[in-house]
Amino acid sequence: MNPSNANYQHKHAAHCESGVAANIMSHHGVKLSESMAFGLSSALSFAYLPFIKLTGFPLIAYRMPPKSILKGMSKPFHTKFRFETFRSPEAGQKRLDELLAQGQVVGLQTSVFWLPYFPENMRFHFNAHNLLVYGKDGDDYLISDPVTELPQRCASADLQRARFARGALAPKGLLYYPESIGRSEVSAESIKKAITKTVRIMLGPVPIAGVRGIRMLANRVAKLDQSEHSLNYVGHIVRMQEEIGTGGAGFRFLYAAFLQEAAQITGIATLATLSERLNVIGDGWREFALKAARMIKGREAFDPVHLAGMLRLQAEAEADFFRALKSAIS
Amino acid sequence: MDVDNVPQEGNSTLGNHRKAVYAKDADGKMVIVPSRGSEMEETVTMQAVDRMNALAEDARVRAQAGLTSPLEYWMFARRMDIALLSQTSGIWQWRIRRHLQPRHFAYLTPSLLARYAEALGLPPAQLKSLP
Repeated sequence: MNPSNANYQHKHAAHCESGVAANIMSHHGVKLSESMAFGLSSALSFAYLPFIKLTGFPLIAYRMPPKSILKGMSKPFHTKFRFETFRSPEAGQKRLDELLAQGQVVGLQTSVFWLPYFPENMRFHFNAHNLLVYGKDGDDYLISDPVTELPQRCASADLQRARFARGALAPKGLLYYPESIGRSEVSAESIKKAITKTVRIMLGPVPIAGVRGIRMLANRVAKLDQSEHSLNYVGHIVRMQEEIGTGGAGFRFLYAAFLQEAAQITGIATLATLSERLNVIGDGWREFALKAARMIKGREAFDPVHLAGMLRLQAEAEADFFRALKSAIS
Repeated sequence: MDVDNVPQEGNSTLGNHRKAVYAKDADGKMVIVPSRGSEMEETVTMQAVDRMNALAEDARVRAQAGLTSPLEYWMFARRMDIALLSQTSGIWQWRIRRHLQPRHFAYLTPSLLARYAEALGLPPAQLKSLP
């Protein structure tokens, strides 16, 4: 019988990396929810990166780059994660098996496209997916993928492909696990620090990031013409927002859940009120997505100027929100 | 979003999966709710899937007529474009463009065929055929 971590508990999450962080830390005895992992690592963000193309469309990120959530765990929990990448797939598999044999629960970065348990129509070449492996049974790895409701199985050849997929953000077989964990509880101080950092990113001076990034995207949308390409462009924005890692609205709701927890731990009641407000902003992102989808389906005339206007309103609402958040914790 | 508003109308692209969504319950607490997905999500995902399927189908027809090589069909069938295929195979884009022409594709060396096959996750023999 091959090793498996019988006491490992899988939990469903909204986002892969925060889910992995919460699941792996909980496995090591730290009380950590997904939303707390997300908030503590200041993962909420917005960036419009027109110079990085995904099948011809710009990258629009609603969160910080891959690995930043795991790295964000290190300070508040005095934790050291060990990250290993491999030149050869064989070495990568050998190391994974070795760690599993030691009883470790191991995190992996993978491509989505080569994971057979993903639904066919969700399989795109996106290389920064995260999942945990908690055992091996015969040729199958036992996988806790936080975005699926239940644990999964994956044949070793498929997992190898997914781990060593090439292209943008290539995982290079990346695996990780905590080497040491110094604290098991969240301090009010680290929450405040994390919030300050998020505010700084969202209200910062970089034109493609934060609130300014949303405005820049709005300007780009306003210039769209009536072509098929424009419809695909808008569809791409919505897909980046709602589907790939449940970006826009999903992340706002996730951060709202974090603010509720933060209000309890820090004792700052305003944070709970602000959580409500962010919830409303998240609804605004959803309305934008719904409107865009109606236009794509042809139920409404395609009106890029209207969509741009909705984005600008979101930018204004978020600007006000983050200013209020800043004064709440200072 | 309130718990009651979490979309459950179904999104065929999710298969049997449900995704976790955070929403406010009756006590005002944010909780995880499994969602069957919404039509909006289905619309945008299918838009992307359809676009790629159309590219693959178009390439298949042209390859059958001898106007392009089967490589173009398999590239789109694997949801890639020239830029991505170049990244995953390590072959320069201008060479790939050349190999999309049937007369150059016909003379591909076994080692190059193997590299394409590896990048596309196919047996090399299948790369020369069409479904």
